[in-house]
Amino acid sequence: MTTRVDEALLRSLTPSVLGVLVRRGADFATAEDAVQDALVEALRVWPGDPPRDPKGWLITVAWRRFLDATRADAARRRREDLTDAEPAPLPAHSVDDTLQLYLLCAHPSLTPSSAVALTLRAVGGLTTRQIAQAYLVPEATMAQRISRAKRTVSGVSFDQPGDVATVLRVLYLVFNEGYSGDVDLAAEAIRLTRQLAATIDHPEVAGLLALMLLHHARRAARTAPDGSLVPLAQQDRGRWDTESIAEGVEILQAALARDRLGEFQAQAAIAALHADAPTAEETDWVQIVEWYDELVRLTDSPVVRLNRAVAVGEADGARAGLAALAGLDVSLPRYAAVSAYLHEGLGDLAEAARLYAKAAQGAPNLPERDHLMRQAARLNAHRDR
Amino acid sequence: MAKYLLLKHYRGAPAAVNDVPMDRWTPEEITAHVQYMEDFATRLEETGEFVDSQALAPEGMFVRYDGEGRQPVTDGPFAETKDLIAGWMVIDVDSHERAIELAGELSAAPGAGGEPIHEWLELRPFLGAPPTIAG
Repeated sequence: MTTRVDEALLRSLTPSVLGVLVRRGADFATAEDAVQDALVEALRVWPGDPPRDPKGWLITVAWRRFLDATRADAARRRREDLTDAEPAPLPAHSVDDTLQLYLLCAHPSLTPSSAVALTLRAVGGLTTRQIAQAYLVPEATMAQRISRAKRTVSGVSFDQPGDVATVLRVLYLVFNEGYSGDVDLAAEAIRLTRQLAATIDHPEVAGLLALMLLHHARRAARTAPDGSLVPLAQQDRGRWDTESIAEGVEILQAALARDRLGEFQAQAAIAALHADAPTAEETDWVQIVEWYDELVRLTDSPVVRLNRAVAVGEADGARAGLAALAGLDVSLPRYAAVSAYLHEGLGDLAEAARLYAKAAQGAPNLPERDHLMRQAARLNAHRDR
Repeated sequence: MAKYLLLKHYRGAPAAVNDVPMDRWTPEEITAHVQYMEDFATRLEETGEFVDSQALAPEGMFVRYDGEGRQPVTDGPFAETKDLIAGWMVIDVDSHERAIELAGELSAAPGAGGEPIHEWLELRPFLGAPPTIAG
């Protein structure tokens, strides 16, 4: 009898198995290859012969692979000291190992794309091929990116404390990449953030998890059947995932109660206010503006100020929104789109149409370009009539 | 099989027959156009002739080497470049005739009034690898 391999279980075991190997004295790069080999082997063997103790099975196979690799290496270099040693007893703190792995894979010495790839493989348990497909690059390119990343962090001690903030940025990047190819990166980012939240008590980790859940809840409503974008105000709220929203709100409330506000909690709070509105008209824009004020204080980011202008436009009218735009750099991404939207609110349809067409020119992706071009077309058709 | 590049231009190609800027179409006409392009690519996937399709942002710049230890020189972006590529599709087909046929189909994508745009597309054959049997 063959059974389907529980890939989610397999992947969730990856970081702790890797942690065990490193604790036993394996170097990170070789251990990571060994674990990847063990995962591939598990996918092959488990359907016909499921193990009683999946984690124990993975550790045994990965350790054997590690020894094989090191022996081959050692033979080549005529150095055979460490490899035949008995493995050290299993460490008691595998939870800490998982956290250390996150920190290592998101080490500040790595470029963002390297950190993302390494995290997805070493912590996420994805294969190089899956990661390559998700990022639309050749598999050989992705394999090189991962092995370069491993070389970069090879000098970093596994016990060295890292910075959780860099881990959160990496997970945020993975989530934002969304869905392309056969790997759902958004779902994967949620899984990894959930796992991280279970290993460390940190309000911003919780904030990021809440933010992801609240945005993920809208996914089905965000795209029309023909693939075009549906803006928040026009989405069918009946298609929002209420379970995901409820979980996000609960996690966020617990995090906010800790009174250590950060940027992800503030962003999640804004998403929660949208989720809370039964219709777009009932959105509590006044409170959303207050959260944007917090975000401006926390980040001083021009992109946040741009988004704040939209919220101000909804809370206090388009004129106030345009006033909030003043002083921002017109070359900011989506500046023209925001300005177009506010001009439409003001009733200046000619200027709004011109700005939507300009925004379409500067759009960073095709669905957004098509959406903005439709807005320009809608206003022009209306004016021509 | 031979690979061909179908180049779409923002500027630089001769004017299309149905030459109305997109922001002067109706939203429904834009949707129909997008759908046509997607269906075309899907159809070529099904016939085993599709390789790749990409769109380019309209702004770009020229860059050149400026000597050891110096930053590269940049020029642009230019508001009115004579020739501006908008995107491409790469196809892998049995004959030059088939490549022309497909380019013609792509050029028939609907625009204003739901009528074909008759857009001029540039068709460029790839220089492939040398054959094993060189004759």
